[in-house]
Amino acid sequence: MLALYLRELRVSTRAGGGALTGVLFFLAVVATMPFALGPDLNLLARIGPAVLWIGALLASLLGLDRLFQADREDGSLDLLVMAGERHMLALTVLVKCLAHWTACMLPLVVASPILGLILNMQPVAIGATTLTLLVGTPAIAFIGATGAAVAVGLPRGGVLVSVLVLPLAIPVMIFGVSASYAAINEPDPFLPPFLILAALTLFLAVIGPAAAALALRHASD
Amino acid sequence: MRLIAENLGGERGGRMVFSGIDLSLSDGGALLVTGSNGSGKSTLLKVIAGLLPSASGTLRLEDGGEQYPTVGSAAHYLGHLNAIKTSLSVIENLNFWRDFNGDDGLDPLAALESVGLGAIGRLQFGYLSTGQRRRASIARLLISRRPIWLLDEPTAGLDAASERQFSTLMQSHLARGGLILAATHLPLGLAGSKELRLGEAVDA
Repeated sequence: MLALYLRELRVSTRAGGGALTGVLFFLAVVATMPFALGPDLNLLARIGPAVLWIGALLASLLGLDRLFQADREDGSLDLLVMAGERHMLALTVLVKCLAHWTACMLPLVVASPILGLILNMQPVAIGATTLTLLVGTPAIAFIGATGAAVAVGLPRGGVLVSVLVLPLAIPVMIFGVSASYAAINEPDPFLPPFLILAALTLFLAVIGPAAAALALRHASD
Repeated sequence: MRLIAENLGGERGGRMVFSGIDLSLSDGGALLVTGSNGSGKSTLLKVIAGLLPSASGTLRLEDGGEQYPTVGSAAHYLGHLNAIKTSLSVIENLNFWRDFNGDDGLDPLAALESVGLGAIGRLQFGYLSTGQRRRASIARLLISRRPIWLLDEPTAGLDAASERQFSTLMQSHLARGGLILAATHLPLGLAGSKELRLGEAVDA
């Protein structure tokens, strides 16, 4: 399983892997925001966490459709499914999700404090948003795996994956943003929404790979 | 070990491509599946591998023991696609399959030697020619031990010398008590293999 994780990381960081596409998109979305909204520093600081979350959510949708499609195109997917007796398929999917998260979504989390500065966010808000992104983005990867597995047979499944995944990812974003705001708006408690966000991630870590494995097993034709 | 299929049927896109296939293959046995295009050779192999559900009939593996409860777990599947990442080097790819499928066979380097690719292990897989890609994929079969080899057009793209080399590899697999099921148009040079012709017994 470690071998699978390392292989996925290598594939996505080598040429054509697309690990940087997400970060560049994230950068583009957030960096254009101040130009569009104008130099109102208070406004930027107020909407900062939400902008970062929207940018990160959309950026993480970018590479999702390739999660299983690349494996299907070169025939690896059949072998991964066949190895189901040795390595439970849901576990294989989980490892692929984690590798995808490390390669494509962790860079977004790392970039978010720098982009927070562009949006004139306070240090506490930057810290809280980065922390919620760190905890919340794996959930998007797990939901995404399900969407990618359902759409794996379609040649241009990217749009369908986004449409399938976006509504399911909305709760993750709601709790991520509300926890980030709670860190700066005094009376609101930070912990409850943050814990619900963590619970969502853990819940989806189980449901997502299991559903994706089920879809993959019936996807081969 | 014994692979038995009774009255096996397979469908593709809602259409029966073959039905009523009975086959039984035991240690050291080879079966060549032949037939015209679209007669269901690949579908049969996929059904046996467990990648497609069978439309009718049963498929089972006898005496597989605890290690091999199903046909899929006892089988190597070499399909039309090579299951190798083009952005990684040949040896990285093979090392991955060794770690993932088990290292009870040859060492990846030794496996590459035996398919005649010893010199290009470090090369990125994407730079290989079609025949070399096929050979690298064949090397994967040697790395992890599986008693059953399911081969779909295994010699597609291979030159005459590589075909002979591959036939030697298959013979030594059979000599160790392995089973081979190959869908092919070309003779694979296996003495004593049985043949299953698809496309004749099936109603259109």
